[in-house]
Amino acid sequence: MRRVLARPEVGALASLILVWFCFALAAGAPFRSMSGTAAVLNAAAPLGLLAVAVALLMIGGEFDLSVGSIMGAAGMMLMLLTTQAGWPLWPAVLVTLVFCATVGALNGWLVVRTRLPSFIITLGTLFILRGATIGISRALTGRTQLGGLSQRPGFDLAYRLLASEPLPGLRSAILWWLLFALLATWLLLRTRTGNWIFATGGAPEAARNAGVPVARVKLGLFVATALMAGFVAILQAVRFDGADALRGEFQEFRAIVAAVIGGTLLTGGYGSALGAACGALLFGMVQQGIVMTGVDGDWFQVFLGVMLVLAVISNDVLRRRATAA
Amino acid sequence: VANGANAAARELGVRVEYQAPLRFDMVEMSQLIEAATASRPAALIVSIPDGNALGDAIRGAVSAGIPVVSINSGDEVWRGLGVLAHIGQTEYEAGFGAGERLGAEGVAHALCVNHEVGNVAQDRRCAGFADGLATNGGSMRVLAVNLADPEDTQQRVAGALAGDTTIDGLLTLGPAATEPTLAAISASGRADRLAYATFDLTPRVLEAVRDGRMRFAIDQQQYLQGYLPVVLLVKYLETRTMPGGGRVIATGPGFVTRANAAAVIDLAARGIR
Repeated sequence: MRRVLARPEVGALASLILVWFCFALAAGAPFRSMSGTAAVLNAAAPLGLLAVAVALLMIGGEFDLSVGSIMGAAGMMLMLLTTQAGWPLWPAVLVTLVFCATVGALNGWLVVRTRLPSFIITLGTLFILRGATIGISRALTGRTQLGGLSQRPGFDLAYRLLASEPLPGLRSAILWWLLFALLATWLLLRTRTGNWIFATGGAPEAARNAGVPVARVKLGLFVATALMAGFVAILQAVRFDGADALRGEFQEFRAIVAAVIGGTLLTGGYGSALGAACGALLFGMVQQGIVMTGVDGDWFQVFLGVMLVLAVISNDVLRRRATAA
Repeated sequence: VANGANAAARELGVRVEYQAPLRFDMVEMSQLIEAATASRPAALIVSIPDGNALGDAIRGAVSAGIPVVSINSGDEVWRGLGVLAHIGQTEYEAGFGAGERLGAEGVAHALCVNHEVGNVAQDRRCAGFADGLATNGGSMRVLAVNLADPEDTQQRVAGALAGDTTIDGLLTLGPAATEPTLAAISASGRADRLAYATFDLTPRVLEAVRDGRMRFAIDQQQYLQGYLPVVLLVKYLETRTMPGGGRVIATGPGFVTRANAAAVIDLAARGIR
């Protein structure tokens, strides 16, 4: 029992159940219905994908605030390559992902090299990328919103993989989310790389002395996070048949919120990918549940803030009790 | 919009819930529509700023058997989505009306100050404006400005006015452009020979119209865009009737001029419009 309670995601799971019952009572049948559940899961999936990657990075002791900007840049890059330069979809996807990996590597390299807080470095990347995305897309097309991806060769396969509904109402993004959450959990708990990530975030000096390649772990985590942001951007571009230079704004904070609700520590060295996935689910539940109860959507952010603070406090209490006893 | 919808709801004894995404974000908006669909409303009213991005969510609501009426944005795409009717202002016609009016006041060479070149809706407004002016033999050219920088907007308008002294009319496409444009006009030294009009109302725009610094403001009458769909949908549910013809139900262009600006200001102050 104590071992179970000491898991980081326990708090998030408990809140999930609690919040679900609250909305099931307040919003009634629509929230419990199949289409209500689908609306929640579809909204949570893209954030969940991001949160899983961001949680790994945070466990490794670093932040990436440029996630949202990478999404905006990747989406526009995909659209420019396909609809403006005339490329087929798949080569454009490949180049976009390579670009994202490069940005992630640059973030990681700067952080490792300068030893400055990643908070500041990636805050810089946030502005640079967002500005460049808006600037370049306006300079090339005069617009910040591009559509028409569905006319490009290769779209059908991409749609089937990334945006279709394998079950009525449920988008395939949910399966990707589940897949990556399980993959990340396996990586963290069952592999040497996982141990390295915990060690890098928890006690970097000791880890280095024990022979953990701290720099390489961090670099890899930044690349993985950026790739995930690119993947979500491509997924949304396919799903919504286009991209917007502003897309992904504030997603970096939402992903951090989801990870923290899921039990990941801001200081690194502790956390869980499954918890982050639960955090994202909680996020989607509140966002969509509020609409279904008929409460004015303006209040969503208030609920969100309260939930975040409550989750952090209860996670903290749970962890102290479980580990102290 | 919300005021009109609430008024209709009160009068008809129905419940209307108003939801808007926190930011102008089509992903969030489509999630909002999905959640609304799941809550099984008797009817749904949506705006469609991007038919590609929102098409799936709207078709989902339609196929769930929910009657949908679109308002405001979406006059080009609503027919293909199974939407019953679209209530709003068609951009070309609104620009055309502005051109006719300024032309009738003797404007021969006008500027269409466009803060979003490339946005199809804005381009259509300018195109309509050109054709409207042409009915009186006038002409216009487009001046592109960047609204993120009001100083830049003001300097560009001032530069255009100084560079071409035959210009005798201006049209801006949104209220955010009015302050810099008014400043440029009053600095030009020939404010009395420049006829200025804008799209959309704000308190500042209304004051400028009342004080005669602006000839008129084009009002898409958003109150009606909230009021009419509620009425139409309630009647649709009761009687299965809906205005036909496949045309947009036009709430605009309405024109606020010096003659009625004071009345509109008064209504706005009382929270009615």
